[in-house]
Amino acid sequence: MDTIAIPAINLAVIAPEVVLSVVAMALLLINVFVKSEQKGYLGYLSIAGILGTLLMLIPAWGSSVEGFSGTIIQDNFAIFFKVIFLISAAMSILITDKYLEREGCNQGEIYPLILFATVGMMLMASGTDLMTIFLGLEVLSVSLYVLAGFNRNNIKSNEAGLKYFLLGAFSTGFLLYGMALTYGATGTTKIAKIASYIAMNGVSSSNLMLVAGMILMSTGFAFKVAAAPFHMWTPDVYEGAPTPMTAFMSVGPKAAGFAAFARVLLVALPALKPEWSSLLWVLAVLTMTVGNITALYQQNIKRMLAYSSIAHAGYILVGFTAGNAVGTAGILFYMLSYAFMNIGAFAIIILVGKKGEENSNVSDYAGFGYRHPVLGIAFCIFLFSLAGIPPAAGFIGKFYLFSGAIQAGYIWLAVIGVLNSAASVYYYLRVMVFMYFKEPTEDFEWVKLTPAFVLCLLIAVIGVLVPGVLPGLFLELAQKAVLM
Amino acid sequence: MLDNVWLIPLFPLIGFLINGLFGKKIKNEAVIGGIGTLMIFLSFLVSCGILMQLVGMPPEQRVFEKVMFPWIHAGSFKADMAFLVDPLSAVMLMVVTGVGSLIHLYSIGYMHGEEGFYRFFAYLNLFCMSMLLLVLGANMLVMFIGWEGVGLCSYLLIGYYFEKKSAGDAAKKAFVMNRVGDFGFLLGLFVLFWWFGSNHNIWTINFVEIKAASHLLPYGGVVTLATLCFFVGATGKSAQIPLFTWLPDAMEGPTPVSALIHAATMVTAGVYMIARMSFVFIKAPETMMVVAVVGALTAIFAATIGTAQNDIKRVLAYSTVSQLGFMFLAMGVGAFGAGIFHLMTHAFFKACLFLGSGSVIHAMHHALHKGHLHDDAQDMRNMGGLRKALPITFITFLVSTIAIAGIPGFSGFFSKDEILWQAFANPYHGSLNILLWGIGCIAACFTAFYMFRLVFMTFFGECRINPKVKEYLHESPLVITIPLMVLGFLAFVGGFIGMPKLLGMLPNYFEHWLDPVFELANEYGKQYAHSGAHHSHALEFGLMAFSVVVALIGISIAYTMYMANKSLPEKFTSAFPGLYKVVYNKWYVDEIYDFLFVNPCKSFGNLLWKGFDVVIVDGVVNGTAKLVMAFSAGLKGLQSGYVHNYAMGMAIGVVTIIAVYVFR
Repeated sequence: MDTIAIPAINLAVIAPEVVLSVVAMALLLINVFVKSEQKGYLGYLSIAGILGTLLMLIPAWGSSVEGFSGTIIQDNFAIFFKVIFLISAAMSILITDKYLEREGCNQGEIYPLILFATVGMMLMASGTDLMTIFLGLEVLSVSLYVLAGFNRNNIKSNEAGLKYFLLGAFSTGFLLYGMALTYGATGTTKIAKIASYIAMNGVSSSNLMLVAGMILMSTGFAFKVAAAPFHMWTPDVYEGAPTPMTAFMSVGPKAAGFAAFARVLLVALPALKPEWSSLLWVLAVLTMTVGNITALYQQNIKRMLAYSSIAHAGYILVGFTAGNAVGTAGILFYMLSYAFMNIGAFAIIILVGKKGEENSNVSDYAGFGYRHPVLGIAFCIFLFSLAGIPPAAGFIGKFYLFSGAIQAGYIWLAVIGVLNSAASVYYYLRVMVFMYFKEPTEDFEWVKLTPAFVLCLLIAVIGVLVPGVLPGLFLELAQKAVLM
Repeated sequence: MLDNVWLIPLFPLIGFLINGLFGKKIKNEAVIGGIGTLMIFLSFLVSCGILMQLVGMPPEQRVFEKVMFPWIHAGSFKADMAFLVDPLSAVMLMVVTGVGSLIHLYSIGYMHGEEGFYRFFAYLNLFCMSMLLLVLGANMLVMFIGWEGVGLCSYLLIGYYFEKKSAGDAAKKAFVMNRVGDFGFLLGLFVLFWWFGSNHNIWTINFVEIKAASHLLPYGGVVTLATLCFFVGATGKSAQIPLFTWLPDAMEGPTPVSALIHAATMVTAGVYMIARMSFVFIKAPETMMVVAVVGALTAIFAATIGTAQNDIKRVLAYSTVSQLGFMFLAMGVGAFGAGIFHLMTHAFFKACLFLGSGSVIHAMHHALHKGHLHDDAQDMRNMGGLRKALPITFITFLVSTIAIAGIPGFSGFFSKDEILWQAFANPYHGSLNILLWGIGCIAACFTAFYMFRLVFMTFFGECRINPKVKEYLHESPLVITIPLMVLGFLAFVGGFIGMPKLLGMLPNYFEHWLDPVFELANEYGKQYAHSGAHHSHALEFGLMAFSVVVALIGISIAYTMYMANKSLPEKFTSAFPGLYKVVYNKWYVDEIYDFLFVNPCKSFGNLLWKGFDVVIVDGVVNGTAKLVMAFSAGLKGLQSGYVHNYAMGMAIGVVTIIAVYVFR
């Protein structure tokens, strides 16, 4: 008779997650006692919690500790991603308060929700069991559904929340089914054991159940990272969601999706590499092309950035397709720099916007560069980085992603990527054309900067320029975090 | 101390940031100038410390590489942000920071009251940082940042008075010519990197690593190609034939800039680069010959132009081109140590000459301004007899002039004589050596002539300035004269550390100091050296005496023409009107370049623009854009906004993918 094995519990592995969850729960309670015009303080408390979590994470760099019978791991890969999550959460929180005030939906719950979403992401990056990953994904997704619909007075925000929920549930079905099939084929949900089972029993690409499991899981992750053809929710949700949450969603959850995706494919299913790399090849090309080409036509800047973020998921898929060390390091480097440039760009959009999400058309930026020279330059830096123009970090990131693809022999993929990148310059530069070469049609309000905004923008500018000029340091970190 | 080498470029960078960002608000000239000067002076102190420490080490250990952080790693290509300290870079550090500090100090007085005072000091600091990066770079890429950086700062500073069209044009000219050279540098870098990588799997651009692997390089062939590319880079930066015409125009910048950038430091970058890669250059005998010939020709060519100019700064500008020619001649005959020695002494006396001319212009300008006159403050024909009004300027100027003319006992004599002797005696170019030596001697004669012509016209004779304003002429303030005195002193004694063995009074410290750097190059050189006759001391002594005689001839001609018999120059010009006109107009080089390169480029550009660009390129681009936009509109149509459509899209996607795998 089997005895019930009590799993070894190693709380140290999940200590950062525990701390962050406790902070989030405490904030929920404190929230009751905070007046609605002072909810901003909750933001600072949550940033303090994030900093504390960061401080716990950083000493763990360099070690690799497993816990909970091998369902969770704290390795460099996980830590690198967790730092990205925490940075993007903190930066988003910095720009949340003023936005909520302007839109008149100053509810304190938004901060705990962001933290819970972050905990979910951290679990996804650490998960070494399909179930842990799924759990993290759900914690993340449920929080995100609420965050997308957080501006409950705004009908578009409501629509975004509901759409995200419906389609997210639909895609979760695929993901779970894929996991079930994989379990069926290998008899385990542990990532390392899946790999060793496949290696030992010679299960190969001829095993349809395993291949179907891989495809369905990929579909689920592709939805999370907004890869074509599973991207269609993205523009609507990004446009409708409160802008700070759009910034958050376009960075953190995307990175989390890639983290889990990478662990599953690279660690659990390296045997299926020919299969998944050709699948990813197609997804990468589709995603880049659809994202960029549709973005060309957008007038609404949030929608434009939504498509642009689809395109960026495509670039990352290029590095993923390569499946080698350079490509994977490129993914890590790119995710990090993408966090800074994208949140920075959204911060500017919030500053320019007016109540009810007005002023978010590209043409509303006419003359912006002269009205606000410093903000104009900051925005240009973010846009240049998004377009992949040196010396911004976006350039270096793309360089490593594409060189990974070239090393792996995917020359054409890199060519398509570069062509896409060239096309994308059009819509980023178009904003700058409006900023500097068009006369403003009407006077827009003087942008009011709060210290929090200044801090967020400063972090973003530094985060874009420093890795762009001195990529070596960051690349070395990324290389140490690579899974192989 | 060696570990703190990174402080050297850091200080000027801090100065640049403070003055660049806040200078406009600080306003106080003393604070701005003080910060700028202090920062470079701190670098000077650190450099002194490093020099001391190097001196205390055994010669073969005097190589130190400090890696700051990994910079660009891409595949097999690796470039770190790293600094290299060895005897060669230590000499350059001393020159750049030492002369740089003095010129910063001088600028406080000279630029007093100028609009954009802070901008000037910010650029000056940025320049110093770039120059120090260039000098300290442990690999070609770090050097290249400095290389580009000094070019940029030179552009900014030449165009300092950007409201003047001539200044803007001169800045552009300098930038474009430098860019032509920079392209050569890059090509050379690529060739070397590619050759090492593809043939020996050594993927490196690090100087120490290249030096270690340099025995693998063949003689000639690919090395000739690479070094010729590098040499093109050097001609651009160091104003050699054919890319020299930007330097005289660069005199549009403020005079301290001419002294620092266009005499003492930046223009020597090409010489430094060749010295840094001596072990590569020496493996290409053809390149060495090209370098020597170009250097000798530039030396004499620019010297002839210098004899006929009337603008005090232009004479000095052509003199700089000519002296750089001497340095390249030294490099080309394998006399690397002598070239660097001349680089150093030249930095002393030429900086002193430029700053002295600045002091003269300052005084002239002031006097003319007081009298509301609009005469040219830089035209020597308006000067004369200034030695009484400007005694300190006069004495320092005279000392430096004697130094550059090559009178024994002064610094320029030792370095120039060393170059001429080695041009004669070094065994690399056979009978060509004697020709090179001959050209060098004639150029030296011209040098003595035009420099003393300048001194006689400016400081001697009677004053030709409008008598109304004569009383306003007076010596410049201390902040200007102190740097002059220091530099004048150095121009006098700076040569003693490199006294030739022949004279035997002091050992040749300088040559010993650089020995470990150039040892390997000399070793390689032996492979194809003509085992020529051993030259006797008597010969060396004779040649030395000859070069002194040549200098004295130059001086006495100048004395006859501009002091004793003042009608001679006019008689001369009327006797040879054609020759005078050609020389006065700088051999029409600018006009020839306009005819050969600038105008054809313009018309070709026009042709491309109107024909190819408008019709074909624009047509293709606009056509593609239209196509993509149509496609974009189509894709946009798919985005209906209905959840069921989206879900359907996802389902179709999944089914299609699975179907592909099942039925493949």
